[in-house]
Amino acid sequence: MRLTPLHEEHLALGATMVPFAGWDMPIQYPSGIVSEHRATRAAAGLFDLSHMGELWVRGDGAPAALDRLVSSDIQGLAVGHARYGLLTNQSGGIVDDVIVYRTAPGELLVVVNAANVEKDLAHLTERLTGAAITDASAETALVAIQGPRALAISGRVADAPLDDLASFGVRRTAVAGVECLAARTGYTGEDGLELFTPWGGAPTVWHALLDAGAGEGLVPVGLGARDTLRLEARLPLYGNEIDEATSPIEAGLGWACALDKPFLGRDEIARVKAEGPDRRLVGLIVDGGVARHAFPVLSDGVEIGRVTSGTYGPSVQKNIALAYVPSDRAKPGTVLAVRIRGRDVPATVARTPFRRKGEAA
Amino acid sequence: MSDIPEGLKYSREHEWVRVEGDAAILGITDYAQSHLGDVVYVELPEVGVKLKQNGALGVVESVKAASDVYAPVSGEVLERNAKVIESPELVNRAPYGEGWLLRVKLADPAELPSLLDAAGYRDHTADG
Repeated sequence: MRLTPLHEEHLALGATMVPFAGWDMPIQYPSGIVSEHRATRAAAGLFDLSHMGELWVRGDGAPAALDRLVSSDIQGLAVGHARYGLLTNQSGGIVDDVIVYRTAPGELLVVVNAANVEKDLAHLTERLTGAAITDASAETALVAIQGPRALAISGRVADAPLDDLASFGVRRTAVAGVECLAARTGYTGEDGLELFTPWGGAPTVWHALLDAGAGEGLVPVGLGARDTLRLEARLPLYGNEIDEATSPIEAGLGWACALDKPFLGRDEIARVKAEGPDRRLVGLIVDGGVARHAFPVLSDGVEIGRVTSGTYGPSVQKNIALAYVPSDRAKPGTVLAVRIRGRDVPATVARTPFRRKGEAA
Repeated sequence: MSDIPEGLKYSREHEWVRVEGDAAILGITDYAQSHLGDVVYVELPEVGVKLKQNGALGVVESVKAASDVYAPVSGEVLERNAKVIESPELVNRAPYGEGWLLRVKLADPAELPSLLDAAGYRDHTADG
């Protein structure tokens, strides 16, 4: 099992550690998932995401080369900005979902899911022409600070204020003396920063932020609350909502596909969009138990789909889930059911995200 | 260190029993709730259902997972804790108090000696 550079910090904080994608990661600290979730919505949460993968793509032709393999517009991405996109395959499925950061004219950072680093590296290495790819995952740590107080707290320990950084902006700065790449991105549905630091610098950044935010409600947050936060915000999790057999259109990620440019799988995605997908990812409010991954979704007693992710949403204070259902059953207000331990529990299709930024916590 | 009050009986599956005449109150222990994490849903049998010792009693779900709860004694359900169904977090806040789950009519008081006392349960949780 691989350890992040903050492993000792997690143990000292009393975290419950679990295996995740080959890493020993904190799922929660003693205050618990609900409390960590609420603290992130109300103030700020600190996350160790050092398991994530960081791939650098460099060369004069790097933006054009990556543009052909990522669903969103990478050529048009200005230096100092980032964009969400999908690595797609020939059949229009999703190899991974990524954020691409343009840090210099001929330099892009592709941040990928921990479980997909080797797969993505092979996928890109095989197909990239006119650019060099480097896997920096083993020497790059990632500390995220998320929530309404995140910018103010980090501004006090950074070399320069960061609140002028645009949403999805990225710049180099130093935090507590550690050189890092600061990006206004995240996976919680809150404002905040992701700080890419050298492996050995992560503890300094972690402690500086925890100290700076202690009086403002900043708490360390584990993967458990990361999941409830992203689910309320309807952010997909690779392996649950999306995979190589999933079309971005049925996953509701058409917005991340620039169909006016060529990229791998583009034609198939355009076809699904034009014809309309057979199934769609919908939000469900479940009334009577927590719907978990792979639980059947039923309409009039007949199975019509499966839950991809489900949890109790601490901010919406309801049991929520995402599920694929036939497109004609996807309208908000449609009453379906989820089979939970043999019982068919009412589940109503809901508008997503379940919670928008700034709504009461 | 988890809270293990004297005067209760405990199962090895981390349920507690408070005997009151020919009836008993059942719940899950402080040790169990702290390992489950935030309880967000409680599923309990209807009044009148007859439980068998060590059979399924219901389910307590945390954010992380669903956990079966087993009947520490046999008996017929007399009352479900309506408050805990409405506010499942009571299981975390007061596992031996407001977070109780069921009141049952004891079917076989001879089962009670098979349960642990507080000292026995303390040893049991220390092993685990």
